[in-house]
Amino acid sequence: MSTQLPKQTEEASESETESDVPSRGDERRAERRRRAANRREQRQAEEAERAAADEDTIELRVFRYDPDVEEKQEPRFDTFHVPFEKGMTVLDALMYARDTYDSSLTFRHSCRQAVCGSDAMFVNGGQKLACKTQIGELDEPIRVEPLPHAEVRKDLVVDMEHFYDQMEAVEPYFQTNEYPDGELEEQRQSRENREKVKMSTRCIWCGACMSSCNVAAGDNEYLGPAAINKAYRFAMDEREGEDVKQKRLEIIEQEHGVWRCQTQFSCTEVCPKDIPLTEHIQELKREAVKNNLKFW
Amino acid sequence: MSQSYNRGLIEDFSRWREFEAGMWAWIFHKFTGWVLIGYLFTHIAVLSTAIPASGAETAVLQAGNDVYTQTIVSLEGLLLVRILEVGLLAVAVFHMLNGTRLLLVDLGIGLDSQDKSFYASLILTGAITVASVPTFIAGAF
Repeated sequence: MSTQLPKQTEEASESETESDVPSRGDERRAERRRRAANRREQRQAEEAERAAADEDTIELRVFRYDPDVEEKQEPRFDTFHVPFEKGMTVLDALMYARDTYDSSLTFRHSCRQAVCGSDAMFVNGGQKLACKTQIGELDEPIRVEPLPHAEVRKDLVVDMEHFYDQMEAVEPYFQTNEYPDGELEEQRQSRENREKVKMSTRCIWCGACMSSCNVAAGDNEYLGPAAINKAYRFAMDEREGEDVKQKRLEIIEQEHGVWRCQTQFSCTEVCPKDIPLTEHIQELKREAVKNNLKFW
Repeated sequence: MSQSYNRGLIEDFSRWREFEAGMWAWIFHKFTGWVLIGYLFTHIAVLSTAIPASGAETAVLQAGNDVYTQTIVSLEGLLLVRILEVGLLAVAVFHMLNGTRLLLVDLGIGLDSQDKSFYASLILTGAITVASVPTFIAGAF
């Protein structure tokens, strides 16, 4: 079917140039566009029919919303039938749906291997990284929505600005005013210390934890699990020295810092990199108490 | 503390969300906490009848005709109260067990098995509640 398409296009444009006067360019282009749209629709219908008839297809229900187009301002769900392949992820299915049926379907993705953190989505009632979520493990129909508790820009794309603000609020970069002894130029870390912060360094800034957190949903000032984890990564790093650790603890133990956590474990459950977020938050709570508790 | 924020049109879009063990534990803990606070006030109201009863004559007290005894007897005579007592025990036991679980979580002990400890406290609550039924319901029917 698809191999015949280009031929048809040529024929159509040839016949048009013969019958039409060149000055009627606009009309011709409109006509061509109309025909292309018709063909696209036809092809999509055929693809959908074939996919629906195919035994091994999955039903994908995708959230759609576009504030810029008047007809699409009302949120709705579009259903796509995608042929299943072994090892297919939610992101693969979304890309198939976009490339085959609707090129206006919008979502973020980049590396497709759970490193860039662009494609956190709300899949079947939970925050998931689309490129890391196997279709085979999900119940059908698969509902794909944008992350909750964030403003939706278009389809599956949400505004991440607030999340990034919270991340930056904990100063997520190495800083120290202690320098290594002797001739060493580099800051050396002990193996034990590296092990301690290892899990917390895995964060890919996908925002799944922040979206899953019930407390963060009701309190925009709350730092959120990801930011606190970032603070943990540096506060627990011995190379930073006492002064900087003190400064970090002051950020962490603010009213909307670690104390807002109510140990619901939602963040820990959804984290695609398996970071023990609640454990880190709890440890920082204890650090904060130890820092302020004086018995003399 | 909890506020509503304007996060655009889609924030109000209703969604079905899957809850994990930790979230259920939090919801149950909050619910049982409010129930216990509510019970505390009725408890105070019922016990307050002992204040006028304390001024009663010895003979009246021995015969069980004072306000306090009468209140308790009439309340315990109601089937609804008997059933609610079983519920109260369930609520209190769960709140205690999950409170212990939260204590361990705060101390950073066994965070990997926090879901299992939640299920354990649920099962234990169920067992204790069932075991208490004969005591609470005896003679009510």
